[in-house]
Amino acid sequence: MVPVLSSLFRHIPRATGLVGLIVLAACARPDSSVASKDIFDPYERNNRQMHEFNRGLDRSVVRPVSRGYTAVIPDDIETVIVRVSRNLSLPSDIVNNILQLNMRGAFHDSARFIVNTTVGLGGAFDPASEMGMAAPTNTDFGETLHVWGAREGAYVVLPLLGPSTQRDTWGIVVDVFTNPLTYILDSPENLVGTVAGVGAGLSNREKFSETIDQILYESADSYAQARSIYLQNRRFSLGGTASANYIDPYDTLSGPAALEDPNAE
Amino acid sequence: MPSNLTRRRVLGASVAAVALSLASRPALALDDNRARTLIDQVVSDINRVISSGQPLSRMISDFERIFTRYADVSIIARSTLGADANRASAAQLKAYTAAFQGYIARKYGKRFNEFVGGRIEVNTVRQVKSWHEVKSTAYLRGQSPFEVSFLVSDRSGKDLFFDMIIEGISLRLSERTEIGAMLDRRNGDINALIEDIKRGG
Repeated sequence: MVPVLSSLFRHIPRATGLVGLIVLAACARPDSSVASKDIFDPYERNNRQMHEFNRGLDRSVVRPVSRGYTAVIPDDIETVIVRVSRNLSLPSDIVNNILQLNMRGAFHDSARFIVNTTVGLGGAFDPASEMGMAAPTNTDFGETLHVWGAREGAYVVLPLLGPSTQRDTWGIVVDVFTNPLTYILDSPENLVGTVAGVGAGLSNREKFSETIDQILYESADSYAQARSIYLQNRRFSLGGTASANYIDPYDTLSGPAALEDPNAE
Repeated sequence: MPSNLTRRRVLGASVAAVALSLASRPALALDDNRARTLIDQVVSDINRVISSGQPLSRMISDFERIFTRYADVSIIARSTLGADANRASAAQLKAYTAAFQGYIARKYGKRFNEFVGGRIEVNTVRQVKSWHEVKSTAYLRGQSPFEVSFLVSDRSGKDLFFDMIIEGISLRLSERTEIGAMLDRRNGDINALIEDIKRGG
């Protein structure tokens, strides 16, 4: 729901330094003494500046463009573009499923990709879902690093892409280089994923505009709100047991336990 | 051997008696069934509101009614103040809780527009630490289904939910961040915060 902007530029293809990047990413294990369940934000000053930059960019460019885009493009075409973008993200998901040794997920995503690319005319339609096939895993290299045991690291705000963590930032970088489509498709065709990704990002910005506007423009501290929501949602989608670090509010009613760490969430 | 048989019978009868007395004793502690019953009621009330087709202002007041009836508003309100709740007077806490209730109703009730035409289904329930987590799935038009879970506790003396978690995002923790920022903006003045909350949401 939240990292909508990140889908904007997820598909930028590049084709060098693959092995080196994976090695670098695997080394990017932040200090293990840091408890991954709390908010770890040592770069808050820089992050806040980047957050303000992104907010300005959203207000002046992304939000108005997404509004115009969804107004001009017919709904059916918009849906097709979102579907194509999702379909083209599957090969990368399959690679990550294999790296995570999630063979069931790799199989399901492969079946989905084959069906939607052929019967679904290049992903323009979604017969896989209509046939009741398993939901896509929707994974990424950040999740792969998580499965491999890398820690979350510090909270970071990326230009344009918004909230992330050190681990997920490496994940985004590696995903750009490991997308098989980059190597299979020729030069103009491999831009389809990028273009569809930007289109899908604009559709999502408009679709979730009430939620995003509420966080960015109606919160008392939009930085703290975006950080809290991003980390909660990301840990949830990585299967982190949210309940493990959840504190029973009834315990804090009296006594010294009430002096709870304000950042305990 | 008759004596053995008798002993076995006596033993069997006493086990049955204990089991019966356990079964017939009124349930004192919250269990999965009671947690589920509560959330079934919440969900059926919410589904009724989003299928009613009434104007937004009515939906907001309906949401406030559901919230006050099934949620432990005072513990949610108190915990959003964090440690600052300890220095608030009883009167301040009371005023804050009343203002918070309306604030939540306005802030989340106005989002009910997006739920129109959708529905929520209760799936599973399990005990976690001292509470019960009831998981449900929200099916909204034009969106992939997403998970909504409710945390239910009877530690207030009644079965009530004290948090609602949407795709891992806790309403209570998110509001704690928000209220904390609002309080900072007022340099920790709780009375000023209460006035802000009355108008906010």
